[in-house]
Amino acid sequence: MTVRLRVNPIACEAHGLCAELLPELITEDPWGYPIVAPGPVPDRLLPLARRAVALCPTLALLLSKDEQ
Amino acid sequence: MTAPVPPRGLPRLILPGGPLQLRDHLAAFGPLPLGSAGGRGAASLITEVERSGLAGRGGAGFPAGRKLRAVADSTRAAGGRRAQAGAVVVANGAESEPASGKDRMLLARSPHLVLDGIAAAADAVGASSAYLSMHASSEDLARRVAAAVSERERLGGVPVQVVASRAGYLASQETALISQLNGGQPKPTFVPPRPFQKGAHGRPTLVANVETLAHIGLIARFGADWFCQVGHGAGSALVTISGAIRRPGVYEIPLGMPLGKLIEQAGGPSEQPQAILAGGYLGGWLPYAEALTIPVTPAALRAAGAAFGPGVLVVLPESACPLAETAWVAGYLASHSARQCGPCSNGLPALAATLRQLAFGRPDRKALGWADQLMTLVTGRGACNLPDGTAAFVASALRVFSAELRSHASAGPCQRVRRKPMLPAPGYRNARGRP
Repeated sequence: MTVRLRVNPIACEAHGLCAELLPELITEDPWGYPIVAPGPVPDRLLPLARRAVALCPTLALLLSKDEQ
Repeated sequence: MTAPVPPRGLPRLILPGGPLQLRDHLAAFGPLPLGSAGGRGAASLITEVERSGLAGRGGAGFPAGRKLRAVADSTRAAGGRRAQAGAVVVANGAESEPASGKDRMLLARSPHLVLDGIAAAADAVGASSAYLSMHASSEDLARRVAAAVSERERLGGVPVQVVASRAGYLASQETALISQLNGGQPKPTFVPPRPFQKGAHGRPTLVANVETLAHIGLIARFGADWFCQVGHGAGSALVTISGAIRRPGVYEIPLGMPLGKLIEQAGGPSEQPQAILAGGYLGGWLPYAEALTIPVTPAALRAAGAAFGPGVLVVLPESACPLAETAWVAGYLASHSARQCGPCSNGLPALAATLRQLAFGRPDRKALGWADQLMTLVTGRGACNLPDGTAAFVASALRVFSAELRSHASAGPCQRVRRKPMLPAPGYRNARGRP
């Protein structure tokens, strides 16, 4: 089962928690918005990914199974 | 009464001497069969549209049959007409691409074909409501369309409500249109859920361009094989050609026609041509000489670095500065960001400003590098296609007009930057307050 991280760009307000919690997969653009590394989330990072999703203040970070 | 003969060749969508009254329209095309297409017993309309390969004509080119199928399946899964108040059909006639006029032309000259398409699609997907969305700009057009709608009341079928769309480049984007129908802002929404799953009033919704629906109205009568007789199997399409062309306007062409032949049909260039913008403002530039042999198809135009989009072609004359025109359009597009997504709200104005520097200032490595970075930063990071399309449009300009970039870099802006921009940008004034 492949799991991917996705940002809802409308809900995102660049709080930056996700980039701080998961720097392995998420970096920030010049304006503070998240850039998510493409591809499935490696198994070892899944717990961190789930934590980042849960802590996003605007629920903009999403974990989806395969395609939307 | 014998069945009307299927139209041979072109025109198909816009007949000379139109618009026809309902009675004459039905005499010319025959009655609209519902339930099965082309008079064939077994084949449903959805199957025929799938077989035809009809691609949406609103700009995205998504296969129309696949969309119909998705809405029908979604409606059935939810329990169909009775259980859930059925699906919704939205005919998108709210043409927002500034250089496009085909949808307005089609609605003015062939409203009954569009309404046929709505009726056929509504029947096929299990819709109980239908909307026809248009801009409020022309009272005369609104009157004509309303008249056509009321002429059809005697036919019964799903009632069509004509609604006014707000103005704005993004207002007619699929989810933005639905948002308006739901009482919201004319701004795109995040997907999923996609319209076929949950759209207008929470119901499975088919949003289709009015030209797509007109083709469906004909496929319902004459079938997929007839549709494929023209355009190397891809059918016909309406294109709007403007700019430095002798006979600007809307033309119905067989897809695959060489672009040079279309330009000839439109009277040829009105002054020395330089390039062609193909696919509208989210399309791309083609150097003029190379453009002539390109077949007008989505695939060929994409391979050449441009696009078919909503069938928009603009001929740019030598007398215009292509960098200035590109900066102008980039500014227009940036001003139409819905400002919902950070990368787009920030990136597009920055990209437009960089383009202005390249056109009116001195293009240097730093500015070019920043433009490249911005195009990468905005692509794939918004909720709609505006940032991606703007980036592609700008990228094609920097690629095609490298000579101008070099000459601006060494000698400063050319004289041509002083002229008024020729590409249309309704309501747009740049930072300096200049139209």
